Amino acid sequence: MCSLLNFPVLAAAELNYWVVAFSAVTVIITIWMGFWAAKKARTASDFFVAGRSVSVGWNASAISGEYLSAASFMGIAGMVMSSGYDALWYPVCYACGYLFLLLFIAGPLRRFGAYTIPDFAEGRFDSPLFRKIAVIFVLFIGFFYTMPQMNGAGKALAYIFGALDFRGSWPDFLLSHDAKTGEALPGLPYWVGVALVGAVITVNVALGGMKGITLVQAFQYWLKMFAISVPVFVLLAVFGGYGKNLDANVSPPEKAAGITWSEAAEEAGVKRQALPPNDAAKKISVPADDTWISPFGPRSSKPALTAKAAGVEIADTRPFALLWTFSLIIALVCGTAGLPHILVRFYTNPDGVAAKRTTMWVMILIGVFYLFPPVFGVLGRNLMPELYNGGSGVKGTDGSVLKLPLLIGGTWGSILSGITCAGAFAAFMSTFSGLLVSISGAMAHDIYGRILRPGSTPEQRMRMFKVFAFVCGAAAILLGLVVENFEINMLVGWAFAIAATSYFPLLFLSTWWRGITMKGAAAGMLIGGVLSLASIVSTMFADNWGADGLKAWYAQHPLVRTLAEQPAIWGLPLAIILMVLISKATRATVPADVRAKMLVLHAPETLGLKQEYIKEHEGH
Amino acid sequence: MRFLHRGAKASFFPLALPSGALLNARAMSDPLPEHKDFIHSEEFLQRLMRRQLKLSVACAAAFMVVLLGLPLLNYFAPDFMATRIGGFTLTWLILGVLMFPFVWIISGIFIKVSLKMEAGEAAKAREENAKRTGGIAG
Repeated sequence: MCSLLNFPVLAAAELNYWVVAFSAVTVIITIWMGFWAAKKARTASDFFVAGRSVSVGWNASAISGEYLSAASFMGIAGMVMSSGYDALWYPVCYACGYLFLLLFIAGPLRRFGAYTIPDFAEGRFDSPLFRKIAVIFVLFIGFFYTMPQMNGAGKALAYIFGALDFRGSWPDFLLSHDAKTGEALPGLPYWVGVALVGAVITVNVALGGMKGITLVQAFQYWLKMFAISVPVFVLLAVFGGYGKNLDANVSPPEKAAGITWSEAAEEAGVKRQALPPNDAAKKISVPADDTWISPFGPRSSKPALTAKAAGVEIADTRPFALLWTFSLIIALVCGTAGLPHILVRFYTNPDGVAAKRTTMWVMILIGVFYLFPPVFGVLGRNLMPELYNGGSGVKGTDGSVLKLPLLIGGTWGSILSGITCAGAFAAFMSTFSGLLVSISGAMAHDIYGRILRPGSTPEQRMRMFKVFAFVCGAAAILLGLVVENFEINMLVGWAFAIAATSYFPLLFLSTWWRGITMKGAAAGMLIGGVLSLASIVSTMFADNWGADGLKAWYAQHPLVRTLAEQPAIWGLPLAIILMVLISKATRATVPADVRAKMLVLHAPETLGLKQEYIKEHEGH
Repeated sequence: MRFLHRGAKASFFPLALPSGALLNARAMSDPLPEHKDFIHSEEFLQRLMRRQLKLSVACAAAFMVVLLGLPLLNYFAPDFMATRIGGFTLTWLILGVLMFPFVWIISGIFIKVSLKMEAGEAAKAREENAKRTGGIAG
C-alpha cells in the first residue's frame, strides 16, 4: 500500500503549472461561490427560479454563461480549423436562435407564467398526460446534452495533466489504459475529469439551486469571455491580423490564377506552416485551401463526395451541400429556441419587459463571444497544422484553443494557455450546472411534486430537489463515462435536431394558433422528434457502428444521406403539418377557455389578466 | 452587492406553487365567468395578436432573407463572394463578423417597437373599457 504515497513522476513533457493553477482557481472559486450563494437561497422559489428577482444584467450574463458550452469554447475553433467556412454557420446560428426565441416565444411564455415546458404543456392544454410526455422529453434532452459536457471535461483534464506519470504511485484501476494492448499509460485517465466536474457542480446545485447557480454562471460568462478574447488579441498582435491570416489561404479564383499558398502567405505578410499530407489510415484529412475557405466545403459536401467516391455519377456536389446548409441553419436556429434548459432561465426574469431586455443583452454577449473562436481555427490552420493528426477531442483540432497560446513562448505563453484552460473548465461547469438544475427541477417539481406526490409542500419539494440533484448528478457522471469516444459536436447536434423538430413547433403553434389540441401537439412533437433522431442515428450506425449495408446504400443515395444527416428541413415541416392535421381532426377537444389562455399569452401584463385568470380558475 | 434582492415582486410562484394545478383546477364543464368588456372581447384579442404576429414575422423575414440568401449568393455568385476585403473573403466577412451586429439591430428594433406597441394597446384597451362600461373599468 505504501506505493500510494509515492508522488507521481513527471513524464518527458514538462507539466505546465500555470495551466494547473488557473484551472484549480476556477474550480475553487466556483465551489466558494456555490457555498456563498447557498446561504442566500432559502425558499423553494429561490431554488427553482431564483426567487424570480434576478436583474437584467446578471440574468443575461448567467444565460450567456450557461449557453456557451464546451462545444462553443473549444469545438467551434476545432470545427473551423478542420472544415473551414461551413463551420461558421454554427456560431452564427447558435447566436441567431435567440432572435427567434425573442420574436415568437419569450414574451408569450413569460406572460403565461410557465417556463418549464411541462408546466406550459399542462397549462395550455389542461392535460396532465401531456405534462408527463413533456417531462420525458425534458429529461431525455437534458441528459443528452449533458454527455458532451462530461466528455469535454474528461478529455480536457486528461490533456492538462497529460505530463504526469502516475504509474507506480496509483493502483492500476485508477490509471488510463491503452485501448488495444491494455498497457497502463501516463497521464490522468478520462474518468477523473468527468468525476471532478460532475461532483463540483452537483454539490453546487444541491446547495444553492437556481439562485446559487445564477451567480456562478454569470461569473463564468465573464471568465470565458476574458479567456477567449485576451489570448486572441495577443496572438493577432504577434502573428498578424484575422484578415491577414485568412488572406494566406488561397481562394478558388486565386487558385485558378495559379497562386500557391506560400506566395499568398508571403504577400499577406504572415508566417504559415506547410499542411501535413492526407492519410486515410490515420484518419487524417486536411482540406485544401480553396475548399476550406469557401462555402460548400468538405463538411457540407460529404454525402455527395462519398457517393462520388463510390462511383455514383454526380456532375456537381454543390446542390447537395446547399441543401445540407439550409437544413443545418433550420436545425440550429429553431433548436436554440426550443432548448428546455434555456427556456427555464427566462423564467427568472421579474416580468415580460425584463425578459425581452434580457434576450437583447444575451444576444450581444453571445455574439461578441462568438467572434473569437473562429479566429483560433484560422490561426490553428496557419500556425499549428500538426493538429490535423486524426486525434479526437483536444488531441486533434479541438485542442487549438488550449495549445495555440503556447506559441507565444515563455512564461506569457504558459499563462495565456492557462487562461484558456480555465475558460474551458468554466464552459463545462456552467453548462452542466444549468442542465442539472433543469433536470433536477423537472424531477422534483414535475415528477415528484405533480405526479408522485401532488399534495407535497414547497419545502418537501425543495428537499427532493437536493436529493434529485445528487441522483441526477451521479447519473450524468455515469453517462459521461460511457461516451468517452464520441465527438462533442455530434452529440450537441443531435440535441439541437431533436429540439428543432419537437419543442419548437410545439411552442410556436401553441402560442400563436388557438386551434391546436393536445393530441395534435403530442403527435407532431413525438413523431417529428423521434423520426429526426432515428435518421441521424442511422447515419451514425452506417459510419461508426458497423452497419455496412446501410453505409453502402447511403453512398449510392447522397440525397437521402444528406436529408438523414440533417433532418430539420423535413422534420420541422412534418411536425407542423401533423400538428395542424391532427388538431383539425380532434377539433372538439380544443380547451373550452382557449380565448382566455390566448389573452394571458398575448395581452400586455399591465392589464393584469394573468392574476384574474388564476383567481377565476381557483374559485371553481 | 445588489445581486439578488430578497422578496420577489411577483404575485405568484407557478413553480413553487403548482401553477399548472391552478390553471387546471377548473373542470372542463364549469362555465367561465362572463366578461362583457372590451379587454375580454374577441375584437381586442384578434387585433392584438395580429399586430404582434405582424411585427414578429416582419423582423423574422428581414433576418431570414439575409440568413437564407447568403447560401444562395454563395451558390450563384461564388466568385463575387470570394472577393477579398481586408484579407477576408466577402462571404467570410458577412457570416463571421457582420451577421452579429445585423441581428442586434433587428432585435433592438423589435424590442423598441413591440414595447411601444403593447403599451399603446394596453392604454387604448383601458380607455375603450371605460367607455363601454360607462366609466367603471373592469
